[in-house]
Amino acid sequence: MASPDYDLIIIGAGPAGMAAAAEAGQQGLRCALLDEQEEAGGQIYRAIGRAPLANEAILGEDYYHGRALLEAFEQAGVDFRPGTTVWGVEDDLSLYVSRRGVSQRLRTRRLLVATGAQERPVPFPGWTLPGVMTGGAAQILLKSSAMAPPGPIVLAGSGPLLLLIAAQLARAGVTVEALLDTTPRGNWRRAARHLAGALRNPRLLAKGLGLLREIRRAGIPHLKGVESLEAQCRDGERLTQVRYRQAGQWHETPCQTLLVHQGVVPNVQLTRALELAHDWDEAQQCWRPRLDAWGETSRSGIFVAGDSGGIAGAMAAEESGRLSALAIAEQLDHIDASARDRLASPLRKRLAPQLAIRPFLDVLYQPARRFLVPEDDTIVCRCEEVTAGELRRIADAGCRGPNQAKAFCRAGMGPCQGRLCGLTVSQVIADQCGEPVDAVGYYHIRPPIKPLSLGELASLNEPDTPTRN
Amino acid sequence: MPNASPFKRLPCRPQATVTVFVEDTPIEVSQHDSAAAAVLAAGLLPSRTTPASEAPRAPYCLMGVCFECLIEIDGAPNQQGCMIPVRDGMRIRRQYGARDMHGEDHHGVA
Repeated sequence: MASPDYDLIIIGAGPAGMAAAAEAGQQGLRCALLDEQEEAGGQIYRAIGRAPLANEAILGEDYYHGRALLEAFEQAGVDFRPGTTVWGVEDDLSLYVSRRGVSQRLRTRRLLVATGAQERPVPFPGWTLPGVMTGGAAQILLKSSAMAPPGPIVLAGSGPLLLLIAAQLARAGVTVEALLDTTPRGNWRRAARHLAGALRNPRLLAKGLGLLREIRRAGIPHLKGVESLEAQCRDGERLTQVRYRQAGQWHETPCQTLLVHQGVVPNVQLTRALELAHDWDEAQQCWRPRLDAWGETSRSGIFVAGDSGGIAGAMAAEESGRLSALAIAEQLDHIDASARDRLASPLRKRLAPQLAIRPFLDVLYQPARRFLVPEDDTIVCRCEEVTAGELRRIADAGCRGPNQAKAFCRAGMGPCQGRLCGLTVSQVIADQCGEPVDAVGYYHIRPPIKPLSLGELASLNEPDTPTRN
Repeated sequence: MPNASPFKRLPCRPQATVTVFVEDTPIEVSQHDSAAAAVLAAGLLPSRTTPASEAPRAPYCLMGVCFECLIEIDGAPNQQGCMIPVRDGMRIRRQYGARDMHGEDHHGVA
């Protein structure tokens, strides 16, 4: 067999991927950086290379920090392949990729998955209506298209990103009618136990308090302890109003754009397809791949860095990307172990406060139970329109996990391949069966990892098409 | 015809624009916009109906996860609008239920 095309292929050009690529380039590795998007930056630094918003105060300085990451990787001599989708990975680390409808096989000695996070699915009645979007979606439109949604705008959910989006919209002069905060009231008391760790990251704490102050000054009604949420449609076509319950009372407000958010979770589609070991993270209520101190997974040669390995934020993602790149450089004999450890030491020092604040944030913003295991009439699988009630019925009928659920009711079999229902399906079945989530498990993700046209498959100009499944 | 309230463009740095057609209505957008962003700028909500029940849907996550932004682009159905950059002259149409889900040349195998 011919020698691999690359020493290292990195999938995902967010903070972890860009930082890892820059480090790998510096250590002399032949490295490729792949991303589905046409531009580097990931979601957090989306469109950082052109940043179309004229007023930089809207997104704030943390966004523009991404420019330094972009410049470092652009100078590192890395082969950047934007607009590239990975749809299959072989045991020998051959990657099947597709760009603009044409497929290709790339071979590498090491693989670093840096596919980041996605927003946690937030099922509630009416969440499929046009006009309901994720908070992240609104932020992506601000960053990449300098666009703001039509009013009246309501924000609902929990977590730092929701507060940030409210502040960013206010800075852009966009009116936010209300911020419906669903953070359970008991979370503050439980989070207080982790305050010592949080105090190790005073900058992030100050940022959070600053956002709360900014929201108050902007005059956005910040309604706390919201217990229940419903998006409603009176014209048969799209969202017209939001209903919510606070202190036992139902309220209703006209609404054209409802931005929802309940935190972010690792994007595990690729790490699951690679059949890596995953663990259930009780604090973050999500799956995460099992990693060693350098980000190496249960399959040697495959690494994970950044939020796809567990949510720790963009600053932590950078450092974890660099750590993985150093470990890979050592494995491929570009540096020795002592040089690796010496270079890693300052990175670990910068990583520590980013990790120290997580237990506080994880407990403070743990979603309310009704968003994790919704009521019976709420759609869980948006693609196949399967409700939580149907999942409970099949669980009672003997369905013991998400893979059986596919056969019982088609949950997870639509075009999103379970990306947006997988967590909820596992949690609802576990809850109904009285089992822990890790006993119930997760969908088996099979190639193609992204939907693929037959034309794209046929364009792969070689006899040995992928067979692993 | 697009009929919902459109998303609004905030003051931008100078950027090249292209013209796309959303349900035959021309609209000028940034050349870096995705097709899904063009759908929202045009106010095309819903942008599709579901195969299962013909329920109305529109772009939801804009980061390639949810596949709610599936639309017809230049005659090809099931295009993931948030992942496809606009091109000058691109023709974007609403996708209706299951009827367009079996376009012979473009049917995903997943």
